[in-house]
Amino acid sequence: MTKAGITVVRAGSPAPAVRLPRRRGIELALIVVAVFLSVYGYCDVGLAKNGTVPPGAAGYGAGLGVLALLAHLAVRLRAPYADPLLLPIGVLLNGLGLVLIYRLDLETPADRAAPTQLVWSTLGVALFIVVVLLLRDHRILQRYSYVCVAAALVLLTLPILFPAVNGARIWIRIAGFSIQPGEFAKVLLAVFFAAYLAANRNALAYAGRRVWRFTRMQLPTGRVLGPIVAVWLVSVGVLILERDLGTSLLFFGLFVVLLYVATGRTGWIAVGLLLATLGAVAVGRLEPHVHGRIEDWLHPIASIEAGEGPNQLAQSLFAFAAGGILGTGLGLGHSILIGFAAKSDFILATAGEELGLAGLAAIFILYALLVERGYRAGLALRDPFGRLLAVGLASIVALQVFVIAGGVTGLIPLTGMAMPFLAQGGSSVVTNWAIVALLIRVSDSARSQYDGQVAP
Amino acid sequence: MTRYIRHAACFCALLLVALVVNAARIQVFQARSYDDNPANRRTSIARYGQPRGDILVGGEPVTGSRDTREQLRYERTYVDGPLYAPVTGFASQEYGTSLLEHTEDDLLSGTDPMLSPLPLWNDFTRSQNPGGDVETTLNRAAQQAAYDGLGDRKGAVAAIEPSTGRILALVSTPSYDPEALSGNDAAVGRSWARLNRDADKPMLNRAVRKTYPPGSTFKVVTAAAALDAGVIKNLNAKTDSPDPYTLPGTRTRLTNESDGCEDLSLREAFKWSCNTVFAKLGADVGVADMTATAQAFGFNDTDLRIPFPVAPSTFDTSVDRAQLALSSIGQYNTRATPLQMAMVAAAVANGGQVRQPYLVERTTRASGVTLTTAGSRPARQAMQPSTAARMRKLMVEVVRKGTGRKAAIPGATVGGKTGTAQHGLGNSGTPYAWFVSWARGDRHMEAKVAVAVVVEDAEADRGEISGGGDAAPIARAVMEAVLGSSGGR
Repeated sequence: MTKAGITVVRAGSPAPAVRLPRRRGIELALIVVAVFLSVYGYCDVGLAKNGTVPPGAAGYGAGLGVLALLAHLAVRLRAPYADPLLLPIGVLLNGLGLVLIYRLDLETPADRAAPTQLVWSTLGVALFIVVVLLLRDHRILQRYSYVCVAAALVLLTLPILFPAVNGARIWIRIAGFSIQPGEFAKVLLAVFFAAYLAANRNALAYAGRRVWRFTRMQLPTGRVLGPIVAVWLVSVGVLILERDLGTSLLFFGLFVVLLYVATGRTGWIAVGLLLATLGAVAVGRLEPHVHGRIEDWLHPIASIEAGEGPNQLAQSLFAFAAGGILGTGLGLGHSILIGFAAKSDFILATAGEELGLAGLAAIFILYALLVERGYRAGLALRDPFGRLLAVGLASIVALQVFVIAGGVTGLIPLTGMAMPFLAQGGSSVVTNWAIVALLIRVSDSARSQYDGQVAP
Repeated sequence: MTRYIRHAACFCALLLVALVVNAARIQVFQARSYDDNPANRRTSIARYGQPRGDILVGGEPVTGSRDTREQLRYERTYVDGPLYAPVTGFASQEYGTSLLEHTEDDLLSGTDPMLSPLPLWNDFTRSQNPGGDVETTLNRAAQQAAYDGLGDRKGAVAAIEPSTGRILALVSTPSYDPEALSGNDAAVGRSWARLNRDADKPMLNRAVRKTYPPGSTFKVVTAAAALDAGVIKNLNAKTDSPDPYTLPGTRTRLTNESDGCEDLSLREAFKWSCNTVFAKLGADVGVADMTATAQAFGFNDTDLRIPFPVAPSTFDTSVDRAQLALSSIGQYNTRATPLQMAMVAAAVANGGQVRQPYLVERTTRASGVTLTTAGSRPARQAMQPSTAARMRKLMVEVVRKGTGRKAAIPGATVGGKTGTAQHGLGNSGTPYAWFVSWARGDRHMEAKVAVAVVVEDAEADRGEISGGGDAAPIARAVMEAVLGSSGGR
């Protein structure tokens, strides 16, 4: 029964499906490597800081290994054609994140985040397994797109009822737990955008009137475009209210990318860029919080020259510079100088300092592989919803990595976001496991129905 | 749709490429400027992350390091801190460094590229060299004798080896313990505030950073100038000098502490420190020759470093004859550091040659391998060798029969000159007691030590404050210490 479910050949396919090799053995081997690397890093931190292997090393290795193994078994059972790189990358990034958080915990013994992060990682992997086991076909999600968007909007608006933390109103605090609902909302919105655009893409591409008489550009009819623009405007607007700039930037980018992929209209990119510029200028002018961020970005060492000492961005740049090409070695940097967000927004600075440009490039390549594998699944799929979903999920990862890594390295203004898998943050790690689970699901579909041709 | 997915993928790839390029920009190309930013604490953390090299006196460290396990990990400790403070200075996390700790900082902290076994090796290994050691020229016994001699009084002692310029003792009192400035806790801030508030200025290095009117000790310079210029040809010949002496072009009459100075010979006038004779002598020698001799001794030298800078001693070159007369007895604008007056005594003892004084004998790696040695210093002829020989005679007589009898040492030839310098408005301040001297052990071929002592306010009645009474015993103790420790050589 299971095999039948997977090898279904869609009606109308001209060529019989050929099965790609499953490559589950490779996935297992890569998982072993990922777990080994993480445990190695964990021991390395202990040796560098205290001269001994940390007492929890065996437990940490066993825990991570068992989690990874369970996830692998779920994939083996229910998504045997899935891309074999996705899960190992998730395990390695999550493992590395735990190592970095553990390493930063040593600097702040009063505030240990690694145990909590381990619990959240376990929950994340559990969610991964649940999704892989229960979601037999990604197309089912298409049916729930309106549930998704409703849930996303509720999640996004909820934090307004809760007090701001460090200038941003993006947390819900219940019984000692804090949840960042925007993290979950991004997956839900990706599902909604993909479903809506897949259903309406013809209308979007061809209907509508010209904007100006002699331009080639045509706006789709308001009836088609209206709902999705409304959803998008609400989410970005709410996020600006909550001062969650990173996430609003992410939603904006996600929307533009999906609209472009769905309609193929270059005009959307132009409109997107125009709107983004207008929005950025307006927000930068009006909002002092944002204005300060932009000033910091343009002049990261201005506060030093003003005699106020280095700000967090300057400390982050100092950390990257101290790392150089090869890094100081795990545990041997001075991440404590970066300050309160060292485990979350600025965790990449520690990676840059202690692993150097080499380690940083390796981490970027891991993300790039994850993104590339998502896009590859999108290319191989035949249903528009699946394609858009894969592209959307991969783009979320790419945009998020760009926004946060670009922020802490001074490439773009700092907006405050969590590095996928690396940074401390329960909502984030759970969401990222959900993204990997969905990518596993679509890549399984893509590879099991692969017919040797790329869909039109 | 495929095309557009590919486009979007390319866009994501571009984003990631931009990230890597930007990371390379910061981590490779701009790294140096961020590393060197003064607000970047990493430099300090690395700097204090290892024990600092030591400053040695007689082969023994007078400094140490304490591991605090804090962010700025190693703090400086001092053995006999107040005794050596005028040489070591302090090394503080909060307030930087001073004196030898400052001038030798690169070596002591391990950042000096000379410490690296191979060029660029440390850039490759990212390791820091252990700090090197600085071996000073100080004589432990002489330093202690000078410090004990000054006791609770305000003053300074400088002692040098005439033939080389080695500084054997450099003491300033009241002193302070530089250890009180090590580290970065609240107590350090309090110590810093207290030391800076203190009216006695314990952190002022009086031996090299404060100038005093040298008073009668400057008569050594005046006598040497007179002999070199040929104004005096015979030490025993009567000079044509009235008592009291009316300063040229004025009605101011200069008198003496003791009677019978009128027309005294240079020999007798030097022995009894007659102001009238030397004031007139200076005026007779003239500004040009007085200036030439004073500058040959080291006055008006703004560049002297030992290796930390020494306050310039001054001899005013734009004076009228009355001012020149006063300048020639160490008053008016004439000012000298104790080190400068030790150089004057040393020049006499060393055949008229002044050797540049120095404090650092050699520097080594932590392993003991020598990095630099002091080497030979340039010498300057302050006076003719024959003049120096006659000056030695004059100075010996001061100690044998004159005002400096308290400096006499059995078994050694000692030459000296007392001084009592008046200062303050209308000479209201407690006079400074001076003594400059040199000593040659009977078994030695050359003088082993030249000393200058200044005591700012001896605990005595004004009339009794004199170089002979207060400063000479301190000088003797220092000279004895040097002769005693070099006797075996």
